[in-house]
Amino acid sequence: MSFEILSAGPLSTVQDLGRFGVMKSGFSQNGAMDVFSMQCANRLVGNALGCAVVEMTMLGIKARFNDYAVIAFSGGDFSPEINGEKIEMNRAYEVSSGDVVECFAARDGARCYLAVSGGIDVPVVTGSRSTNLKCEFGGYKGRKLQKGDLISTGKYNIAPSDISKCRLPKQTFGNAFEVRAVLGPQDDMFTKSDIELFFSQEYEVTAESDRMGMKLFGEALKSKNGFDIISDGIVLGSVQVPASGQPIVLMSDHQTTGGYAKIATVISCDVSLLAQAKPKSRVRFKQISIEEAEKINKKQKKYFENKLIFG
Amino acid sequence: MNEYSFLQNGDNALTVQFRQEISREVNFCVSSLAKALSENPIMGVVEIIPTFCSLTVCYDCTLISAKKLKLRIKRLISKMESNQSDFKKIHIIPVCYDDEFSLDMENVSNHTGLTKEEIISIHSGTDYLIYMLGFLPGFAYLGGMDERIAVPRLENPRTVIPAGSVGIGGSQTGIYPLASPGGWQLIGRTPIKPYDASRENPILYNAGEYIRFKRISKAEYDEIEKLVESGEYRHEVVEED
Repeated sequence: MSFEILSAGPLSTVQDLGRFGVMKSGFSQNGAMDVFSMQCANRLVGNALGCAVVEMTMLGIKARFNDYAVIAFSGGDFSPEINGEKIEMNRAYEVSSGDVVECFAARDGARCYLAVSGGIDVPVVTGSRSTNLKCEFGGYKGRKLQKGDLISTGKYNIAPSDISKCRLPKQTFGNAFEVRAVLGPQDDMFTKSDIELFFSQEYEVTAESDRMGMKLFGEALKSKNGFDIISDGIVLGSVQVPASGQPIVLMSDHQTTGGYAKIATVISCDVSLLAQAKPKSRVRFKQISIEEAEKINKKQKKYFENKLIFG
Repeated sequence: MNEYSFLQNGDNALTVQFRQEISREVNFCVSSLAKALSENPIMGVVEIIPTFCSLTVCYDCTLISAKKLKLRIKRLISKMESNQSDFKKIHIIPVCYDDEFSLDMENVSNHTGLTKEEIISIHSGTDYLIYMLGFLPGFAYLGGMDERIAVPRLENPRTVIPAGSVGIGGSQTGIYPLASPGGWQLIGRTPIKPYDASRENPILYNAGEYIRFKRISKAEYDEIEKLVESGEYRHEVVEED
């Protein structure tokens, strides 16, 4: 079971939930930037939520399928088509041998996910099929996809009775994002007015944002003690503030340790949301307590438990 | 010396921060806690990131709340022995210091006023504590380098440094686990792979353990390199009390 890449777009990679348990050895986590949308796509085609998918950035792929498969697109709307006919986001479709699937420029959001029944089948490296671009391992040959790549998919056992029923609510992202964050870990390194400024001002997403981090621009923070700490652990969503006073939200390919003070941490489900912010989008941070963050996380986990697609 | 505080990192991670200094004493607390967590697994803990003077615990908050996790960690720390034991696990890393690999030896020699032989004997005559791993898979931040061989980083960093290169940057020494840009002064190369994604244990060593460099000839380098390629090489590990 396979499909061939006819055109790859600027940055299309194979990603799953990422690497766990190896950060202590200096490995980045990797994995889908918008984990929620990746899970939606998998759920639609009947895959386990953590199956590997294709993550496209700003511009989509064109691919020809060599076998029957069930496919779905989730996340950013890249105007997908099958054989030149427009299809819907967040809905499962069947394709057969010879069918051509094509996506275009991002109409809404920044990242679109293609799930294929059986999941993308590439070797598991340190517990994950995700691509590590910096160290060139994992994913498809450790790199982004190129024209001519033949992508294998895994075995698929579930034959859904009615594909047309496999739908999830449509997602919209727009250009203004509110992301929720918990104060700290190094909030004591910032003045009270810096913290107020951070949570009240509107930031702009800069073009230097990538899978390592979302670099934001706004009125610079001026910390009282400088911004350097003795390097400590970094997690998904950590908001570092280097000497420029401009925050960077650490994303899937983040380094495991770093020496910049972190003013706040974006909660996990809003990291997925932020992954859909294109350059020039506007971002505001909303402070919430750890207890609220835990409640939101639990609610998010239930989302998929309650969605019985193949009913 | 078990003073510490908890720092929250969003909904899925908690940092246990010990005294903010780079010292063997504080780093020992970090590795002791890492050990305690691996011997007494806490339900919901996904992974840990030990660093110089703190340890970040990543967890699934649907399985354990921050409040409960703090209690469990407090209990573990209270049972930790504060006496630093003399036990050392030392990884012997063979290094060839021949001219072919020691591209910056002349710089180091000029800067320190030491001969090549003196530099090699100082560099390979120490056990270096692995304070933490970070930056790249398997990149070890080592402590304990003799200040006599300290030398500033290159003014113009190299765009590619081959995997296995051993260098000095300021008061630190280390091994590049994979090809990467970098500004350290190169004094040798190891034929072994500190990082190999295809190996069952991709990384050879852990924070809290030690590294000792052992001088080898070019002939030995070539021999070990062949064994590494065929997967037959096992590096020497020494345990000392």
